[in-house]
Amino acid sequence: MQHPVPRQTGRGLARGIPAVLSVVSAFAIWEIYVRLSGISPLMLPAPSRVLDQIVQNRALLWNNTVPTLKATFAGFALSLTVAFGLSIVLDFMPRVRRALFPIFVVSQTLPLVAIAPLVVLWFGFDLTPKVLLVALVTFFPMLVALVDGYASTDPEIEDLIRSMGATRVQIFRAARFPSAMPYFFAGLRISITYAVVAAIFAEYVGARAGLGIVILNAKNSFRPDIVLAAVVISSLLTLILFAATALLQRIVLRWRDVEGHR
Amino acid sequence: MTALSLKDVSITLGDTHVLDRISMHVDQGEFVSILGPSGAGKSTIFRLLTGASPLQTGKITGATHQNSFAFMPQRDALMPWRRILDNLTLGLEVQGIPRKDARAQVAPLLADFGLADFTTHYPAQLSGGMRQRAALLRTIVQGRSIQLLDEPFGALDALTRTHMQTWFEDRWRTARWTTLLVTHDVREAVALSDRIYVLSRRPARVIAEITVPIPRPRLGRPPSAAAHDIEAHLLETLLHQTGENP
Ligand SMILES: Nc1ncnc2c1ncn2[C@@H]1O[C@H](COP(=O)(O)OP(=O)(O)OP(=O)(O)O)[C@@H](O)[C@H]1O
Ligand SMILES: [Mg+2]
Repeated sequence: MQHPVPRQTGRGLARGIPAVLSVVSAFAIWEIYVRLSGISPLMLPAPSRVLDQIVQNRALLWNNTVPTLKATFAGFALSLTVAFGLSIVLDFMPRVRRALFPIFVVSQTLPLVAIAPLVVLWFGFDLTPKVLLVALVTFFPMLVALVDGYASTDPEIEDLIRSMGATRVQIFRAARFPSAMPYFFAGLRISITYAVVAAIFAEYVGARAGLGIVILNAKNSFRPDIVLAAVVISSLLTLILFAATALLQRIVLRWRDVEGHR
Repeated sequence: MTALSLKDVSITLGDTHVLDRISMHVDQGEFVSILGPSGAGKSTIFRLLTGASPLQTGKITGATHQNSFAFMPQRDALMPWRRILDNLTLGLEVQGIPRKDARAQVAPLLADFGLADFTTHYPAQLSGGMRQRAALLRTIVQGRSIQLLDEPFGALDALTRTHMQTWFEDRWRTARWTTLLVTHDVREAVALSDRIYVLSRRPARVIAEITVPIPRPRLGRPPSAAAHDIEAHLLETLLHQTGENP
């Protein structure tokens, strides 16, 4: 009925091998190309040089990673709260849902390039505009996922619990909310990949510190190697957050793993 | 004593005339079956009783909605994200009984329903027969006065179904729950019921009411000649009705 865990982990590692190989060979080709062509590091620095810059500038990078992380977490916490709160309101009030949903869709059509400078203009160079921009970018996938997830509830399960005399709130808590969890995690995974990028973009437009500022300054002083060093850090942050949500999903949706192993 | 009665209940869903002046009753401790062709409107009767569909015309008496019925839907409707024990206590939880007390109420029944070793499993880890037993126990444990069972054995393979029917008859003989069972299995209706209502095709009318005076237990032994006669008669009624018998 259940496979032993070690075998699964082994299989997971084995499945990761092609991905690791392709990434490593891409970097190898890049490195070889830079060395053979003798291209200037001001145009295209080799991966080894980028790595070297990360080590050399570790204090600078770390000091600027902290504000970016702060903006990411604060913004994400805000959008998570708002998405959950709104999704519950919308689920209990279908009329409000029909009235407000178009507005949320429109909020996603706004080009970040145009909105970010305005938000910075209105809210200054502190944390607030970054938090707002991260929230704006990440909240919609989660809201849609939750609203769709509630609607996916098996009608037989709802009829059953209603036949038990459940109130609307009880139906929501016992049936609709758990039904939405697989959907929610799908939305969460999409959102989390936008979060760090949104924070960096907001910093790029105007901030005192952060990876976005590192990138801006490095670009202005013609240092693509430092730009790329900051990019590597930013990618790592996203990957770590993504892995964390995947882990959380495995814990919360354990019943789904079981289903696959029938 | 009459536990439940329907009088001239009709219903139209969309453009479909589904029920046509249905009248039936169930006495205290009685086992009554509703037998009818697929799509006749059997589940619709249950939806009216549980309040999932509003009553349009006619009258339902003897049982106030919801608090009188425990309902077992056509598919087991176990919540895949809840372990079996938590599925079983769902109805009690909804009634506001604390989890610990709810579990204490379920515990003594687990062995009898063959679920004692599976309380921490998820529904997906159980066989069809076990899931059906879990759904049945979830229904029974609510302690309602009337059990509404919508094709509880319909989704099972023939062998498991026979096992479950025999097992269920056994439980029923000791507990004597007031039961209204929906089925389109003639053999099942005859084996389990005190009385059987036969429905026509849609719009469903009651076309026969048959009492089954055969002593129990009826299952787990060769079928009696009397059972055989009633089965043949019911089949005849249904086939004639659906027009498949030239
Ligand atoms: N909301 C609805 N609107 C229109 N028609 C409906 C609606 N709900 C059910 N019906 C129709 O009512 C009829 C009876 O449905 P019902 O589920 O009660 O049948 P049933 O006798 O339980 O069938 P089965 O044996 O297949 O379970 C069906 O033909 C169905 O199409
Ligand atoms: Mg049905």
